[in-house]
Amino acid sequence: MHDIEEFRLETRHWLEANCPAAMRLPITQEEIVWGGSQVQFKNEDQRVWFEKMRDKGWFAPDWPKEYGGGGLSPKQARIVENEMLKLGCRQPQFNLGVWMLGPVLLEIGTEAQKQEHLPPMMQGKIRWCQGFSEPNAGSDLASLKTNARIEANGDFVVNGSKIWTSYGDAADWMYALVRTDNTVRKQEGISFLLINMKSPGVTVKPIELISGKSSFCEVFFDEVRVPAHQLVGPLNGGWTVAKKLLQHERAAMSKFSEGAAPSHDALLVAKPYLYDEDGSLIEPVWRDKLASLLMDSHAFSLTHQRVKEEGLARMDVSGPASIMKLVQTEQEVAKYELLMQLMGQRGMSWEGDEFTKEEHDICRLWLLSKTYVISGGSSEIQLNIIAKRVLGLPG
Amino acid sequence: MSFLLNEEQRQFSNSAQEFLSAKSPLSLQRQLREGQTPLKFESSLWEEVIDLGWTAAVFPESEGGLAVGYKGLGAVFEAMGRHVAALPLLSSIVMAGEIILQAGNSAQKQAWLPGLISGHHRLSLAIDEQGRHDPSKLKTTASKTADGWRLNGQKYFVIDGLGATCFVVVAKIQSTESTTEIGLFLVDNAWTGVKVQATHLADSRNYAQLNLDNVCVVNDMCLGTGEGATKALNQALDKARACLAAEGLGLLKEAFERTNMYLKERIQFDVPIGSFQALQHRMARLYTELQMLESCVLAALNAIDSAPTDLPLLASLAKARTSDLCEKLMNEAIQLHGGIGVTDEFDLGLIVKRARVLQQLLGDGVYHRNRYAQLKGF
Repeated sequence: MHDIEEFRLETRHWLEANCPAAMRLPITQEEIVWGGSQVQFKNEDQRVWFEKMRDKGWFAPDWPKEYGGGGLSPKQARIVENEMLKLGCRQPQFNLGVWMLGPVLLEIGTEAQKQEHLPPMMQGKIRWCQGFSEPNAGSDLASLKTNARIEANGDFVVNGSKIWTSYGDAADWMYALVRTDNTVRKQEGISFLLINMKSPGVTVKPIELISGKSSFCEVFFDEVRVPAHQLVGPLNGGWTVAKKLLQHERAAMSKFSEGAAPSHDALLVAKPYLYDEDGSLIEPVWRDKLASLLMDSHAFSLTHQRVKEEGLARMDVSGPASIMKLVQTEQEVAKYELLMQLMGQRGMSWEGDEFTKEEHDICRLWLLSKTYVISGGSSEIQLNIIAKRVLGLPG
Repeated sequence: MSFLLNEEQRQFSNSAQEFLSAKSPLSLQRQLREGQTPLKFESSLWEEVIDLGWTAAVFPESEGGLAVGYKGLGAVFEAMGRHVAALPLLSSIVMAGEIILQAGNSAQKQAWLPGLISGHHRLSLAIDEQGRHDPSKLKTTASKTADGWRLNGQKYFVIDGLGATCFVVVAKIQSTESTTEIGLFLVDNAWTGVKVQATHLADSRNYAQLNLDNVCVVNDMCLGTGEGATKALNQALDKARACLAAEGLGLLKEAFERTNMYLKERIQFDVPIGSFQALQHRMARLYTELQMLESCVLAALNAIDSAPTDLPLLASLAKARTSDLCEKLMNEAIQLHGGIGVTDEFDLGLIVKRARVLQQLLGDGVYHRNRYAQLKGF
């Protein structure tokens, strides 16, 4: 107990001494540092914080030191996480590798895979993307068709395409699900491969959305050779590996949500539109609608805090945690709908100087927010999960 | 912010659940509804509750209380919701008791609080005067006399007012200037000009109409006027709103779980109806709302204990969501049960009726959204 308290103090002191003040302010999307070969720092504070945490091994405090981690016990790692939270320290880098793939490699990767992939993640040198969804495999992911043929020497040759790959154009590597057996039940013929995005035959094409430019990409594979040792888990055991990986999604999403999607303070944006020039409410119904929206958001943020607090107290939070994705994304959609409606025709602004930047942004985000309730398990899939896993409803 | 209960509060919660499941089955609510008990709660149950310390829970030790706090008492209210238990805990302790504690002078506290805790006195707050709760629209007046005050007016929907030994009456101070100053007055039910009549609402509980016809109140029975009185009243109302939200949470969880169980058992088209996605998604949405509500209720209760400046906003948040969900979830519970859900023989109706009254008590969703907007400055 004494040691733990001492460690907490040491951690606090180290963070206070090494985390620049600017890195303790809430993060915005433009300020995210994405680790990887194309890592970019917008200012010195970002670079300092990145390097200090990297050198400390605290991109992943509880990974073994031999792979570049911090070598801390789970208890100590929780303390680091808590102290960072208390001081408001930003994530020094955003990295799907560290948050999603890394824990899976640590659990079931071969020694060679750990040696090859973990240290670069811990150096922030390699950026990963996720290759799961396909044009004909969205909510029904297991029906995916991107095919990996096995050569005589055991290497794989991949043909097909992935879609909705976030930042596929900036990623160095992809972890992907591919079909390795067509003759069995669909979940049993899938393998989990690590693919170098610089391999010959890989083409990446950004997707333009109804809102304009986006981070989503299509990735095409044309006779892409992947060495046999880049198979994670058993051949045709990829579905289980993916399920393991998705267990880390919640933790990763909560780190993402700290700064991922650009968002607006609904009250701040809405207030000027609520009143006529003489200061009277344009129509009282907007006031009720806005209050309702703010209260939903207040209730969500309290739930977020509760899940965090109860989780740290080792209580079972699987119930409330299961609603978070659904609620957060639906609230973002509702917010932009309301702001658009309130702004009237100004809310439809697409281009031109007669509109404010905010008016332009809100119109684009109204459209972009439609992706939130589709990607990462659509709202309908979330409802299925709640009904079956939490409520135990049959079928 | 802390959403977690401490050891003492957890024990309080566990004992409340055990006690009520043993002593306050739904069949008791049915008996109370049909029986001849005019009080609409079981006096012997109330006495046992007093022995358990529920009436002492939130008062400070200096006033003979247990200082368990509202997270502890909130858990009791949730358990009362679970079991649809009728007890005058909200009216006598949270509403009247808090006003005496906050507004009363030391002589008044000494005169009333020990009796409230021991059950010797039972008090009710007389505030509402119309169908929709709105403390800013008072018509009952208090005019100054040589040795005190004279009260005139009608109070409706006085919670547990029947059989209350004394009322805390909220009245507008009559004055030549147009002010909104209020006063809080203790009014004995036996005084001249006081008339108490039963009001029957859908939940078959104790409500009263209180007529005040030139009722003389001596200065010693005035708990306060002006800003101090408004502040004490608002605090007591917000605490009561948080407790009602906790009771509502219990009612809602009970109705939800009963419905979920029913969907697994009820066979139609040769399968449990809970296997239909259309019904699953409705349940999943209700579950989502329930989880959000739980966070709001805990936050409001926590604010009473440790962050009183946050209380008005959080009390309105919790009560608004409770009220709205009482309407939505209870309607869904009936619909998903089908025909059995609208029969009186089936217990769901008792839960639904209590929830729908609770929806209106101390402000519904519309009232509290408006208040939330005001507090947020728009």
